[in-house]
Amino acid sequence: MTKVLVDNKEIDVPAEYTLLQACEAAGAEIPRFCFHERLSIAGNCRMCLIEVKGGPPKPQASCAMSVRDLRPGPNGEPPAMFTNTPMVKKAREGVMEFLLINHPLDCPICDQGGECDLQDQAMAFGVDSSRYGENKRAVEDKYIGPLVKTSMNRCIHCTRCVRFTAEVAGTGDMGAIGRGEDMEITTYLETAMASELQGNVADLCPVGALLPAPQSFRARSWELQKTQSIDVMDAVGSAIRVDTRGREVMRILPRLNEAVNEEWISDKTRQVVDGLRAQRLDRPYLRENGKLRAATWREAFAAIAAKVGATPPQKIGAIAGDLASVEEIYALQGLMRALGSANVDCRQDGSKSHPKFGRASYLFNPGIAGIEEADSLLIVGSNPRREAPVLNARIRKRWLRGNFLIGVVGEHADLTYPYRYIGAGPESLTGDLKAPDSSKKPMLLIGQGALARPDGEAVLKRALDIATASRVFVDGWNGFSVLHTAAARVGGLDLGFVPGGGGMDALAMAKGGVDVLFNLGADEIEVAAGAFVIYQGSHGDLGAHRADVILPGAAYTEKSGTWVNTEGRAQLGERAAFPPGAAREDWAILRALSEALGHKLPFDSLSALRVALYRDAPHMAAIDQIVAGSAINAAGMAAGAPDKAAFASPIQDFYLTNPIARASATMAECSALARGRARQAAE
Amino acid sequence: MRLDAAARSLLLKEFLSAFVLSMRYFFKPKATLNFPHERNPLSPRFRGEHALRRYPNGEERCIACKLCEAICPAQAITIEAGPRRNDGTRRTTRYDIDMVKCIYCGMCQEACPVDAIVEGPNQSFAVESREELLYDKSRLLENGARWERELARNIALDAPYR
Repeated sequence: MTKVLVDNKEIDVPAEYTLLQACEAAGAEIPRFCFHERLSIAGNCRMCLIEVKGGPPKPQASCAMSVRDLRPGPNGEPPAMFTNTPMVKKAREGVMEFLLINHPLDCPICDQGGECDLQDQAMAFGVDSSRYGENKRAVEDKYIGPLVKTSMNRCIHCTRCVRFTAEVAGTGDMGAIGRGEDMEITTYLETAMASELQGNVADLCPVGALLPAPQSFRARSWELQKTQSIDVMDAVGSAIRVDTRGREVMRILPRLNEAVNEEWISDKTRQVVDGLRAQRLDRPYLRENGKLRAATWREAFAAIAAKVGATPPQKIGAIAGDLASVEEIYALQGLMRALGSANVDCRQDGSKSHPKFGRASYLFNPGIAGIEEADSLLIVGSNPRREAPVLNARIRKRWLRGNFLIGVVGEHADLTYPYRYIGAGPESLTGDLKAPDSSKKPMLLIGQGALARPDGEAVLKRALDIATASRVFVDGWNGFSVLHTAAARVGGLDLGFVPGGGGMDALAMAKGGVDVLFNLGADEIEVAAGAFVIYQGSHGDLGAHRADVILPGAAYTEKSGTWVNTEGRAQLGERAAFPPGAAREDWAILRALSEALGHKLPFDSLSALRVALYRDAPHMAAIDQIVAGSAINAAGMAAGAPDKAAFASPIQDFYLTNPIARASATMAECSALARGRARQAAE
Repeated sequence: MRLDAAARSLLLKEFLSAFVLSMRYFFKPKATLNFPHERNPLSPRFRGEHALRRYPNGEERCIACKLCEAICPAQAITIEAGPRRNDGTRRTTRYDIDMVKCIYCGMCQEACPVDAIVEGPNQSFAVESREELLYDKSRLLENGARWERELARNIALDAPYR
């Protein structure tokens, strides 16, 4: 710790702090454009100038100098920094004037207007008129992909976007060409960026040079209603903010959550917004003579009641999809129990994760932030870049720090960091595959590519053996990490929404094992002809096409729900909008249906449901926390040699993994571009 | 004293002065106007009915910056925006003013960076139903076309004071 004076206030800060951090620690606000906590230091905007005593006798860029570079005074006085002297103010005003020389005065037509760093700081340090009579610099706009619109006249060359793609995204798509006034930010050949995190550059841009293209000109920041929610596009459970205007969701932005997503979100999370408007189920439908027709809730419930009444309980089944919240899975579970059926499953992909092996057997035990503590990583049957881009960025962040061995068994894909490729399938999972002895905190990441296959249990057993041999479980460290791909999965497993005694799993039910199948938003499973399918969901996708009765539900932005992420962290998403038309919140539909079926569920409100839920699953009440569950219990796990087939990631197309994303035109465009890139790479 | 009062009374002084006063006003020009046919002069700053203006080449001035919507104290303005189909420029797809909510404060024209929304000199726009006072974009543009000469003149007259 070093003692420094900030505006004559004494404060102790670590020596590795930059002057900017020290000033912030003392409560002084420092304006900045190029400095960003999560990116490397560039020091090129010069906005953070301060006056330093014990340093160079000139205004000093506070982001680019560290506290240990300062010298004490002649009599041992601590070095002093000043953030509000006339010299500092004059220096910053000068910098602002230079920045504004080439910045166009087009705030009224700029989407950043109202949430623009340059606008805000020009209010504080700007001069009211310009002394610059020459022509402003004019730069052509660049194409950098369908998600980010450019307006390069506005660029102030802070290079945050360049550093982001190089450091966090790891694709190095963007760069600067030319020098001085001729410097331009571009993707070199004006190709689309290849990163799954590219949308974040629009958030990073302190001015309106990079803006989210799909939302172009649609809304102003001040007219949006902001709701805190949780993302369901992958199992990471990124913290998001849903911005709505009236009934409509206008955009989704990341929220800071150091433990999960830091401040990044994937492009699917961000730009799935237009999918929330398209292909919506807004009224119940009933299949008559092979064709779906619009119906009333009463008719739909009557049809279901007639069918369920005529079917023995062991021929009734339920599958919960990947986007379902814990509340509706709980309601569905209650209903199936009341009907006397054990055929329930939340694993439509055929994953072999099961609560009977202990809660730790299906969680990302070290936590996402725990990746930064680990010192070696073995990835088995997963492509984290496609399955959880934000988590992949965390792995890359750890790799950038050095001393991090990564091995991969599975697909040989570009993960944005180098790794040792070990093999493609389970035959590579042998006894001598273990972390080096020097590794104190090894991690083993196993994905659904390894678990969602018929021999998943045997693969899990082998992975656990390797993990034990690698000392993944020692001294309170548990580096065994299961990476899920479905937001609803851990919640469903926690509730025990898996086949009970003699019950069928999702694949058996879909193959025709049941006569009446209740499908709660499972759109990635093909149901064989013959069964009577009740589909409850928000979008007209595969599940709705196959359905005999469609009950229109709410999408994730339209209901208050709990989702448990892959770490086992229960998180609460709040309702930002209302479901369209006759659609209702999912738990309410199930509650109404239960009454029509004569097995009334014992709750009349969401809070009553939660009271019951928290009684049955107390850890759901610990919002935003990871509650330690039962340890891994490998007994009863199918032994034997797994199949020879190579592991394949369940997500082949990152942009089209769920019905909301498949309804989105933006996602379709991104997907087409990604396919084009893959084809080009193959040639 | 009494003599003085008696003389005034005898000579009808008060009567005569009152008569002179009334005659003076009788022959003065009238203060009232025959309203619909005659009108008072209006200041160039008069804030009457709203209009959306166009540039002389026919281009809409409004760029959908939404500052008027934001500043409107009565929240009478509703705007929806998006890129224009043919050239992708920022334009309104909807521009509504609820003239019943409007308090004619003129903040919208103060906020407008391109002099698109203005309050013109027209004060006679009484209608028979409330619905007719919910102005949409086409109505406002039509007002702009009808009053453009006066609007431009008023803005030019007021410009030296800004």
